[in-house]
Amino acid sequence: MSACPTTYLDHGATTPLRTEVALAMAQARSEPLGNPTGSHRPAQRARRLLEESRDEIAAHLGREPGEIIFTSGGTESANLAVFGSLGAPEQRGQARTVLSSAVEHPAVRESCRAAAMHDQDVAWRELPVDANGVVDLGALAQQVDGATALVAVMLANNETGVVQPLARVIETVREHADGARVFTDAVQATSFLDLAACTAGADLVALSAHKVGGPVGIGVLAVRPPTAIVARQYGGGQERERRSGTPDVVGAVGLATALRLASAERSEAGRRVGALRDRLAEGLLRSVPGAHRTVSPEATTLAGHLHLCLRSVEREELLLALSERGVCVSGGSSCASGALEPSYVLAAMGVPGPLARGAVRFTLGHDTTDADVDRALAIVPAVIAALRHEP
Amino acid sequence: MNPEQGWHTGRMRVLVAMSGGVDSSVAAALLVEQGHDVVGATLKLWGGYSDSGCCSVADVDDARRVAQQLGIDHHVFNLTEEFDAHVVTPYVEAHAQGRTPNPCIECNRTIKFDRLLERSDRLGFDRLATGHHARVTGAGSFRLRRGADADKDQSYVLSMLGQSELGRVVFPVGEMTKADVRAHAVRLGLRTAAKPDSQDVCFIGSVEGRQGFLADKVAFHPGSVTNSSGETVGTVDAVELVTVGQRRGMGHGSDGARRYVVAVDVPSRRVTVGSAAEALTSSVVLPGATLTWVDRPLNPGDRAVAQVSAHGRPAPCVVARAGDGLSVQFDLPQRPVAPGQTVALYDVADPDAVVGAGIAA
Repeated sequence: MSACPTTYLDHGATTPLRTEVALAMAQARSEPLGNPTGSHRPAQRARRLLEESRDEIAAHLGREPGEIIFTSGGTESANLAVFGSLGAPEQRGQARTVLSSAVEHPAVRESCRAAAMHDQDVAWRELPVDANGVVDLGALAQQVDGATALVAVMLANNETGVVQPLARVIETVREHADGARVFTDAVQATSFLDLAACTAGADLVALSAHKVGGPVGIGVLAVRPPTAIVARQYGGGQERERRSGTPDVVGAVGLATALRLASAERSEAGRRVGALRDRLAEGLLRSVPGAHRTVSPEATTLAGHLHLCLRSVEREELLLALSERGVCVSGGSSCASGALEPSYVLAAMGVPGPLARGAVRFTLGHDTTDADVDRALAIVPAVIAALRHEP
Repeated sequence: MNPEQGWHTGRMRVLVAMSGGVDSSVAAALLVEQGHDVVGATLKLWGGYSDSGCCSVADVDDARRVAQQLGIDHHVFNLTEEFDAHVVTPYVEAHAQGRTPNPCIECNRTIKFDRLLERSDRLGFDRLATGHHARVTGAGSFRLRRGADADKDQSYVLSMLGQSELGRVVFPVGEMTKADVRAHAVRLGLRTAAKPDSQDVCFIGSVEGRQGFLADKVAFHPGSVTNSSGETVGTVDAVELVTVGQRRGMGHGSDGARRYVVAVDVPSRRVTVGSAAEALTSSVVLPGATLTWVDRPLNPGDRAVAQVSAHGRPAPCVVARAGDGLSVQFDLPQRPVAPGQTVALYDVADPDAVVGAGIAA
């Protein structure tokens, strides 16, 4: 492995830890930290840091501190949202339906699938999306009814970055099904959208620190009453008996700090990163014949996302060749072995199989510079030309 | 490795196919030690369930960990669609017709030394390496030879390779015995050092077996078992699963001797059995479309040495014209060759060298 400069365009997978976050976490660790459930001073200090972080995260989400449950990340939050809300005592034994968009992250999709598999009273259906991957509100209106217990629609898609019309989803659900809960996975959107505004009516919201410049290993599920959550893991009853286990105090400080930075920089960062993304898109579409922008520019996407499908190119080959030249991008979801899987997101959008084999995702973030885009534009078209083969 | 292949003259960029087994682990290690620029790739070939498979997650983890220990990049290539289309589906269809193909050979032919080799070329690699026990010698005109370890020799499953492939591949463990390979892995502390050799077909679980795998894919038909005088002496549940030469389940003749399958006729659902002597065969026909040659074709009348299974005993033979193909005529009677089985032909003057191969009609 030879050393060469790294152009990191995979912020959708994970973001580099921001310096300010690392400093805040180091500061939290600089004095003795006890277990926040204890009674001595280091324990009380830990508890104070945890609750200060909770207050700040709650404010960021426009919620009460009591609504915030700390988890290990987005996947645990999604599992807790789906199983925790479906397991509420007043729901048990009743036939109920879960609806989710066909483009949900596997954390949500597989939770829904498992919930339906484990409980014969639960039926799960996926809602179709249009060619841009936007959920079909008409289908939602048709399918949501008194038996609907949960509707899961993400705020923005992890592969394509397309933003879902969440406010209208919530409106539609409220019109047709009083008791249905709305869960939104806001993980991918956290860096670029105002979560308090965008998720205002949702009953359950999941987010994760490492997609917004924070550390891996901490996330949040926000639960708005009267939605009840039944614990998925049992123990000391932490997090108001909704999630047992010693909370990660330093991680919570990291997440709160990362959100504070994102909030302060949001409008400027969105403009700056969006402009870089647009320059990358224009440059690649101009210089790469047969490159297809997966989501039409008319649809709203996150500022950092650029998703392309390339004819007669295998994404596995493209990723390898770009990695060797220091350009880090993604080709979609991997299975347990690390092999790229055919994307169900692209399939739901109707992208033909051969085109989806050439799918590539560029995700820009807070530390992306003009030089990164210049380098990508210098390297990517040449690599694609070398790898292109007749289908 | 082959010094005449220009191999030792400079640093090359090599893609090594790492299955997660000890042979390909050591193949990668040797290339790294020789100073080449090495990248590891593990193929995910089978999307379905398998407990013994070369494509299981645990094997990918092993390959990845070895690559980390060697300090090289590692990638996973998902070739499940291609594997299904070119290996699994033909395997199932062949059984429905009463043929017994070797899927490892078809995987080498259509996946590893075709699609993967093309991919290696596109990615700018000078060579594709695998952990096969075989050797490539010669320059300009290459020969494919048996591996140095006679017990582990894999030249049979590579016997369909031609000049174009042999000039672009390298088999780093071909000069080594299996014991040497394991010792080298132990020296390097590779976690695959003591891993058992893979057995059987990667996409067929050891518990379900061939019958279990095929059960929901092929319609099995019961058949009658007749002896050479035409008398019915028994029945079988699935004529599609009976192979010529098979002894199991065929019982004994009136003379008390074991009976062997002499012929299988799937369309008429009939299995013919006979004594061990009756089951022996003196020839096998290889249709023209199935013949491949390493460097030059055999001509009718040429002598050769035939091998009809992965670890079969070499059988001296002479080839004759048979339609557009060849008939392999054994000097001594052999156990019958099932339709679909590959026959590898070796050079009579240089019996470690593969001349070519064909598939039994």
